[in-house]
Amino acid sequence: MSILVLDQLSKRYGALLVTDGISLSVDRGEIVGILGPNGAGKTTLFNLIAGTVKPNSGTITFDGRDITREGAAVRCRAGISRSFQVPQPFTGMTVFENVLVGATFGRDRAGASDFAMRALELSGLTRKANQLAGSLPLLDRKRLELARALATDPSLLLLDEIAGGLTDSECHELLEVLREVNAAGVTMVWIEHVVHALLSVAQRLVVVDFGRKIADGVPDAVMASREVKSVYLGDDVHV
Amino acid sequence: MNRFHVTRATGLSRFALALSVLLVVVLAAAPWWGSTATLRLIGEMMIYLALASLWNLLAGYTGLVSVGQQAYVGFGGYMLFTIALYLGWNPLVAIPLAGLAAALVSIPVAKLVFRLNGAYFAIGTWVVAEVFRLGFAQMSSLGGGSGSSLPVAIMRDMASSKAMRESLIYWAALALGAGSVAFVYLLLRSRIGLALTAIRDNETASSSLGIAIPRIKLAVYVCVAAATAMVGALIFLQKLRIAPDAAFSVNDWTVLVIFMVVIGGIGTIEGPIIGTILFFVLREFLADLGSVYLMILGALAIAVMMLSPQGIWGLIAGRRGLSLFPVGYRVETRGEKP
Repeated sequence: MSILVLDQLSKRYGALLVTDGISLSVDRGEIVGILGPNGAGKTTLFNLIAGTVKPNSGTITFDGRDITREGAAVRCRAGISRSFQVPQPFTGMTVFENVLVGATFGRDRAGASDFAMRALELSGLTRKANQLAGSLPLLDRKRLELARALATDPSLLLLDEIAGGLTDSECHELLEVLREVNAAGVTMVWIEHVVHALLSVAQRLVVVDFGRKIADGVPDAVMASREVKSVYLGDDVHV
Repeated sequence: MNRFHVTRATGLSRFALALSVLLVVVLAAAPWWGSTATLRLIGEMMIYLALASLWNLLAGYTGLVSVGQQAYVGFGGYMLFTIALYLGWNPLVAIPLAGLAAALVSIPVAKLVFRLNGAYFAIGTWVVAEVFRLGFAQMSSLGGGSGSSLPVAIMRDMASSKAMRESLIYWAALALGAGSVAFVYLLLRSRIGLALTAIRDNETASSSLGIAIPRIKLAVYVCVAAATAMVGALIFLQKLRIAPDAAFSVNDWTVLVIFMVVIGGIGTIEGPIIGTILFFVLREFLADLGSVYLMILGALAIAVMMLSPQGIWGLIAGRRGLSLFPVGYRVETRGEKP
């Protein structure tokens, strides 16, 4: 059964159509990878799903409910959580407080601090709990993005380029965490340029280019498809 | 899991809290140790402490830089006069009722001014305050443009002796001054405070983490309006006379207040306290200088803004973020000091 259904979703900035009639359905418990060149409209797609921007046309259905007109806060409490490609920490708050915000407002059960600490532990930030988020280096800011997103207790997790810059062993740890979170029943949509990381967990791949969905299917088939090769390697490549 | 616990207090904050409680007790006893002039001075300081703490909550923590809070000071004053003159109720009872009325009025006002952002919001709130002033100037039942006075009989109902009346008004001022600081402190320690800090740092991330930003801002605006109107009611109970120009004075109820908050340290609980004390010290020593006194105040404000944008408390607190009234959270792991 689908947890998320996008139907003919379009977003335009002036004359530029950044999302062009995208339809996509994500099953409960699935891990969907999203690939596409820079500027293809991947992050805009996340902004549309998370409610940071509103579409010009099309509908978004989450858990059987039309959320197209709902704001980001309502969608978060409904179970959609996202990390930002460019980290957006609360710079004047500590790492723990950053995560506590998600654990307090993104979910409705009590025990926010325990939940926040668990999210920090999963993301490997426990030792930095009392540091100001503004003083963190980029990699830790990315970990913090993941921790905050997990702290809202999501049923759908949108991850936007969280593996870039990690060493092999760090990347391996991250994949373990994602598998663990997924095993607990969390559906994931993951935008990632680190393709080998994406392929090791994604059960399905979607390729986006010029705001359109150009491929959608089993990873091996998508990676081998003519559309993907033409996007990444150019039209006149014959392999 | 439970290898950690979260603390809010520090040794310094426990000391500051104990000292504050002691100070309030000593001040509450002032009618027994102070002269009438002392009571009046402390009472006035408490009134400005309340206005400064409330404006700081609005502008420093919620990002709603209003220059129209005189709307609620004047509204509260006029509500007190209306209740006392036309319903004949005890003026002390009228103070909380004035707050309640202001809370109701502030909701439609918020719907209007919240459509504006930044500088436009500031100007919008000022315009609303002017509309309030012109509106009350039209009400002939409350004296129109020339205003009205509270009859002696009403004041006698409050308390028979003059000394008792002075004491009652003084205690009300102390309750509002200390109460406002306590209210801001407790609010900032609550989940609303966590949301406000997050909103201040990053609105996009806040809403993505489930914070309903418009609702939080509205709640703070309404609470501040209600408390400001209670202070306004008390101000004009003490003055015994109200007129539109005095009631809705932007200089008296907003400009001086902004001065106190800015030199003390905006966005800190300690800032308005320091700013209020400093302002009254300056006034005691410099008031004889006439208009030169205002020029000194202005120069001081500019100097503080340029040299220490975080105000005097910012200088004291320094980089370590020292705080007498901490609102943050610290995680302590068992067995090791993080």
